[in-house]
Amino acid sequence: MSVQAVATQPERAEVLVTFVRRNMWVVALIGLLAVLLVFTKLIQPTYGVAGVQGLGISILPLAFAAVAQAIIVIAGGIDLSIGSVMALTSVIAASFMEGQSDAFGVAVVVGVLLLGVAIGATNGTLVVLTRVPDIVVTLAMSFVWAGCALLVRAAPGGAASPWLLNLVIGPFANPWIPKAAIVLVVIVAIIWIPVARGRVGIALYAIGSNQLAAFRSGVPIGRTKILAYALTGLFATLAGLSLTASTSIGTPVPGPYTLESVAAVVLGGVSLAGGRGGVFGPIVAVVVLQIIQNDMTFLNFDPNYALVAQGVILIGVLVLGSVIEIRRSRR
Amino acid sequence: MSAAASTPARLNVSGWRQLFRDRPIIPLLGLLVLLVVAIELADPGIVGPEWAGVIMRASVPLAILGGCQTLAMLTGGIDLSVAAIASMSGFVTATLIHSPGGVVQGIIVVLVVAAVAGLLNGIGIGVFRVHPLIMTLGMSFMVLGLANVWQLQTVQTGAGVPDSLRWIGSTTVAQVVPYNLLVFLPLTALILVGLRRTGYGRLLYAIGDNPIAARLSGTRAWQVLIVLYVISAVMAAIAGLLISGLTNTASVSLVDTYLLPSVAAAVIGGTSILGGRGGFGGTIVGALILTVLTALLTVLGLPEPSRQVLFGAIIVVVAAAYTRVTAEA
Repeated sequence: MSVQAVATQPERAEVLVTFVRRNMWVVALIGLLAVLLVFTKLIQPTYGVAGVQGLGISILPLAFAAVAQAIIVIAGGIDLSIGSVMALTSVIAASFMEGQSDAFGVAVVVGVLLLGVAIGATNGTLVVLTRVPDIVVTLAMSFVWAGCALLVRAAPGGAASPWLLNLVIGPFANPWIPKAAIVLVVIVAIIWIPVARGRVGIALYAIGSNQLAAFRSGVPIGRTKILAYALTGLFATLAGLSLTASTSIGTPVPGPYTLESVAAVVLGGVSLAGGRGGVFGPIVAVVVLQIIQNDMTFLNFDPNYALVAQGVILIGVLVLGSVIEIRRSRR
Repeated sequence: MSAAASTPARLNVSGWRQLFRDRPIIPLLGLLVLLVVAIELADPGIVGPEWAGVIMRASVPLAILGGCQTLAMLTGGIDLSVAAIASMSGFVTATLIHSPGGVVQGIIVVLVVAAVAGLLNGIGIGVFRVHPLIMTLGMSFMVLGLANVWQLQTVQTGAGVPDSLRWIGSTTVAQVVPYNLLVFLPLTALILVGLRRTGYGRLLYAIGDNPIAARLSGTRAWQVLIVLYVISAVMAAIAGLLISGLTNTASVSLVDTYLLPSVAAAVIGGTSILGGRGGFGGTIVGALILTVLTALLTVLGLPEPSRQVLFGAIIVVVAAAYTRVTAEA
C-alpha cells in the first residue's frame, strides 16, 4: 500500500522532500542559531552592533579551518595538520609583511596562498603514495609543519599589512554586517561553489562515499584526493591569514584549531565516514559554538564551563542524531 | 604459478615479507638497534646501563598511553581523551595531597573519575554509535574543562606532587632499573595475556577485523566497547600518575604533548588504525623507538623545531615502509 502511495506521488514533491531531508541538519542548525541569538538578546539587552562585529572577527579563523576540514572529510579523509598549517602560514605572512608596503603585502598574501596549496598537495601526495591511513600521515605532518613554523619565527611577532586588517575588521555598508562575514561568504562561494558544482565536486563526493565504486566508474582516485588536500591546504591558509589579520601578529604555536575543526565539521552535518554534507553546515556550527561561549560569559559562568559545554553539545547532538537514525532504520 | 615463485631471489624477498608480516616486531627491533647504534656513534660512550634506565623510564608512560591507543585501534577506534584524563589524574591527585585520606584517597578518586569518563566514552561509542574520534574528543573537552574548574576551586589549598608518586615515577634501582617498571610490568603481562589468551582479547580483534561477522557470530559489540574504553581510561590515569611523578609537575595540560606520540607509538608498532591487526608488544617497541629517536635528535644538537620536523618525517617514513612491507602482495 505504502509503496503504491509513494509511487503515485508527483516527482516534484519527492525532490522537495529529498532536499529538506538532505538539508535537515543545516536547517535545524540555523533554527538553533536563531534561538541562540534571541536568547543572547534576552540575557544581554545591550548586545548589538559591537557584539555582532566581535562575533564576526572571532569566528573567522575557525570558520575557514572548518571549511578546510569539511572538504577533506567529504572526500573520505581527515586532516590533523590544519592547526599546524595555520600556524606556519600565519607566521610566514606576518614575518614578510612586517614594515613592508601594501603592494608587497598583496604579493605576500598571494605567495602564502600558493604555498598553502603546495602544503596541502604535499599532504595529499604522501597519503596517496604511501597508502598509509590519512589520519596517520596528517598527524605526522602536523609535527613537520609546526616545526617549520617555529623555524620561521621562534616567538610570536611580525605584523600584518594595514589593508589586511581593514579587510576583515569593521562593518561593511551597514553597521550590523561585519566585513569578516562578507569575506568569509564571498571567498567560500568563489572557491567552493564552482568546485562543488563541477566534475571535481562530484569526484570528491564519489571517492568519499565509496572509493571502489568511484574507481570502477573511472574517477581518478589519487588525483582527486590530492586535489582535495590542496583545497584543504588553501582554506587552512586562509584560516592562518585570518589569524594574522585578527591578531595582527603571527604565532608559531598551533592553536586548538585542528580538533575544533573536526568538532565543527561533525556538528555541521558532515559524516566522518565521508561523502555526505557540505561546507555551509560547519560554518553555522562554528557560529553556534562561538555564541554559546559568549552567552556563558554574559551569564558569568566560569569560562572553563564553556569547554565542558562544547564537549557536552558535541556528544549530545551526535547521540541525538544517532538515536534518530537508529529509530528510522528500525521503522 | 605466481611470479613470486619463479626465481629463488623473488622467493627470498617474499619469504622476508612473510616474516615481517607475521612477526612485525623483528624489523622494529632492528630499527631500534639501528637508532641505538646511531646515538652511540653520535656521542660515543653515551650508551650504557644508566642511559638505558633513563630511556626505559621515559618510555614507560608513553608505552602505557600507546597501549590505550592500541586497544582502541584494534577495534577500529581511537582514544583522544587519554591526554586529558592522564593530566587530570596527576593534577587531581596532587590537589588532594592534604585531604584526610592523603595520596591513597587521591589515587582512588582519580581512578574512579577516569573509569566514569571511560564508561561514558564506551556508552557513546558502543550504544549510541558515535564515532570514537568525536566521542573521545568531546570527552577530552569535558575532562579538561572540569579539571580547570577544579583548579580554580583548589587554588588556595596548595598542592604538590606526592613523594610516593615522585618515587615510583622518577627514581631508579642502582641508577639503572626504574621503579615505574613495578607498575608497567604487571600491566604489560595483563594486556599481553589478555589479548592473546582470553576470549575478551579475541573479541577486540574480531570487532575490528569484521564487525558484521562478529555481530553475526553473537558478539555484543557494545559490551566489549564499554569495557575497552573503561580499561583505556584507567590505564591513561595510571600513566598520568607516573608522568606527574616523573616530571614532578601537576598541571591540567601536562600530558597534552603525549597525545599524538601515543598514536604514533601504536602505529609504528604495527597496529592498524583500521582495526583487527596489531598488538601491545609492537607498541612497547614503538614507544622505545620514539624515545630513542627524541634522544638521538637531542644528542645531535638539533634545535627543537628541526627535531619536530624530523620526528614527523620519520614517522611518515616508518609507517610508509611498514605499509609497503606488510601490504598484501
